[in-house]
Amino acid sequence: MSTDVKRGIRAVPGNFVPLIEIDNLQVEYLAGRGSVRAVDGVSFSIGKGEVVGLAGESGSGKSTIAQAIMRILQPPAIITGGKVLIEGKDVLQMSDKQIRDFRWDEVSMVFQSAMNSLNPVMTVGDQIIDAILAHRKISEQQAREQAKEMLRIVGIEADRIDSYPHQLSGGMRQRAVIAIALALQPPLMIMDEPTTALDVVVQREILAKITELREQFGFSILFITHDMSLLVEISDRIAIMYGGEIVEMAPSRELFENPLHPYTQGLMASFPALTGPRKRLEGIPGSPPDLISPPSGCRFHPRCPHRFGPCDSIHPPLIEVRPNHFVACHLHTTPEGSAQ
Amino acid sequence: MSEQRDLVLDVQHLTKHFPMGGMRDARKVHAVEDVTFSIPRTEIVTLVGESGSGKSTTARLISRLIEPTSGEVIYNGTDVLKSQPRGASLDYRGDVQMVFQDPFGSLNPAHTIGYHIERPLLIHKKVSGRKELRERVLDLLNTVGLGPAEETAEKFPYELSGGQRQRVGFARALSVEPKVILADEPVSMLDVSIRVGVLNLMKRLADDSGLSFLYITHDIASARYISDHTNVMYAGRMVEGAPSDELVHEPAHPYTRLLLSAVPNPHAGLRTQETVARGEIPSLIDPPPGCPFAARCPHVMPVCREVMPNAVTIAPNHWVRCHLYGDGGVSPLPTAANSVG
Repeated sequence: MSTDVKRGIRAVPGNFVPLIEIDNLQVEYLAGRGSVRAVDGVSFSIGKGEVVGLAGESGSGKSTIAQAIMRILQPPAIITGGKVLIEGKDVLQMSDKQIRDFRWDEVSMVFQSAMNSLNPVMTVGDQIIDAILAHRKISEQQAREQAKEMLRIVGIEADRIDSYPHQLSGGMRQRAVIAIALALQPPLMIMDEPTTALDVVVQREILAKITELREQFGFSILFITHDMSLLVEISDRIAIMYGGEIVEMAPSRELFENPLHPYTQGLMASFPALTGPRKRLEGIPGSPPDLISPPSGCRFHPRCPHRFGPCDSIHPPLIEVRPNHFVACHLHTTPEGSAQ
Repeated sequence: MSEQRDLVLDVQHLTKHFPMGGMRDARKVHAVEDVTFSIPRTEIVTLVGESGSGKSTTARLISRLIEPTSGEVIYNGTDVLKSQPRGASLDYRGDVQMVFQDPFGSLNPAHTIGYHIERPLLIHKKVSGRKELRERVLDLLNTVGLGPAEETAEKFPYELSGGQRQRVGFARALSVEPKVILADEPVSMLDVSIRVGVLNLMKRLADDSGLSFLYITHDIASARYISDHTNVMYAGRMVEGAPSDELVHEPAHPYTRLLLSAVPNPHAGLRTQETVARGEIPSLIDPPPGCPFAARCPHVMPVCREVMPNAVTIAPNHWVRCHLYGDGGVSPLPTAANSVG
């Protein structure tokens, strides 16, 4: 593993102020047949007020990164290296007490399926109040008022505060989950596939709401999804993950218009477009890698249509090939590659 | 809507009301209401709609996993509900096969892939003898792109990826030499890079093997990609049907327009300013008369809340159920320009 190469991704220029920096993060799952390095030397930062998108297929490690930032990974998953710095403090070094204060106050999370992340035997109001009272020394009455305000903010009538999750529709439940995540107004929200289980029309409403809230409160978002078209719409920068590593990262427009990594290109060519000519798509042949024995060299080489000389033996480092556009591919980072 | 074309399946006024379940509760859930459409031979026809729109129930009614309240399912010119009132015959079940959404739940974890494909071959008596059985299994695995077949046949479901499992679903459906495959969200649980492969497989089977497909999805872009004709369902009703490309470019029904405007489109940027219809899909329990979309429709008129509009043909093979069109309607909406980029 060439984790010796520090695959750091620096900031977008201009008024970029980093909020959180993930530095060479490594997470392993201890499995029967050996350990799986689910996240292997991932580095990136998220600026204040920035939306960073993390894309990749199942098993690429994107949700594991989210859980590592929150430190909610359970054995057999263990963080084996790296740093997660938020305003200078390393989350991975925090004591139990510190981490309890950090969670929700500084980083909150919206989980994949709103259906399952709400407690079915508690009203949505109580679940918001719970989050507030765990962190703020205020009266229950005050917390209740705040909870009502949060529901209003996400577009749920305040008198639904005493509703149980099953009395709400899927879209309302997902908005309630966002209200809980917003309750303490943390500077960073991690959203792990927040709209995957929803219908497109509802998804559109939720995304519009998220964008509106971000403009209002200025929090940052780490947005995780496998839906590239969605990600291009909502994020400022996008990182593409494959086999536990970031293989490309760039501002969304740039990545969409000029994808450099063959995997990114394959992903872009995998979803049928609504407009333009109806042309045949090919997808990406093969299957995602088995991380117990990952392919040598570049992990994408067995599926790559452009592989050549060094691909099966040398691991390509993530290199900035254009301003703010990083790619880990020999095609773009070696002289032989450029000639291909 | 149905003309002289060669229809393999013709569904007329299909309706399914589920009882609420209580002893004294006479209320009914109107899951599918007066659904009419057809599948021409070797074509792929899509039913698109959101969850709860009745699209999966429609497929289950056609496959006769559940029995309809009323309506006709005409297969090769015969109404199978009338001719086989006690449930579908083995022949019909063989001819009309289903592929399910969840490739993880639809295979038995205790049996090999080979076993899953052998079962229908034996039940439908498609082979004579072990040797032919083995050959057919390997042949089918190759057809769906699961080579090397000898190896795949010995594997268990957990050893395959989602996309490969869905291909097993197709191999199993194909084993009984069906004429029609009802594919219920066959790619929605698969990774993006794998989806296109499964869609292409369906397209190839329609083009080369003369199969017809009912493709059920909530993804209107994939409907445009593989299907010839797309029907839009909303709250148990069919609201619009058109050639797939035309539906995307010239949607007529306000609901179709809403659906299209909600699809993420990287070319357009996030369109938060757009007037999105608010509100939820109406309750299907004893719904009020009128158009089910009336409560959310930006163009709603008094008549919409009282009378269900009839289907009006507005172009060849393009019909819509909306009071804005046809008799008593106001002039049609301005065309496509305001829908998709």
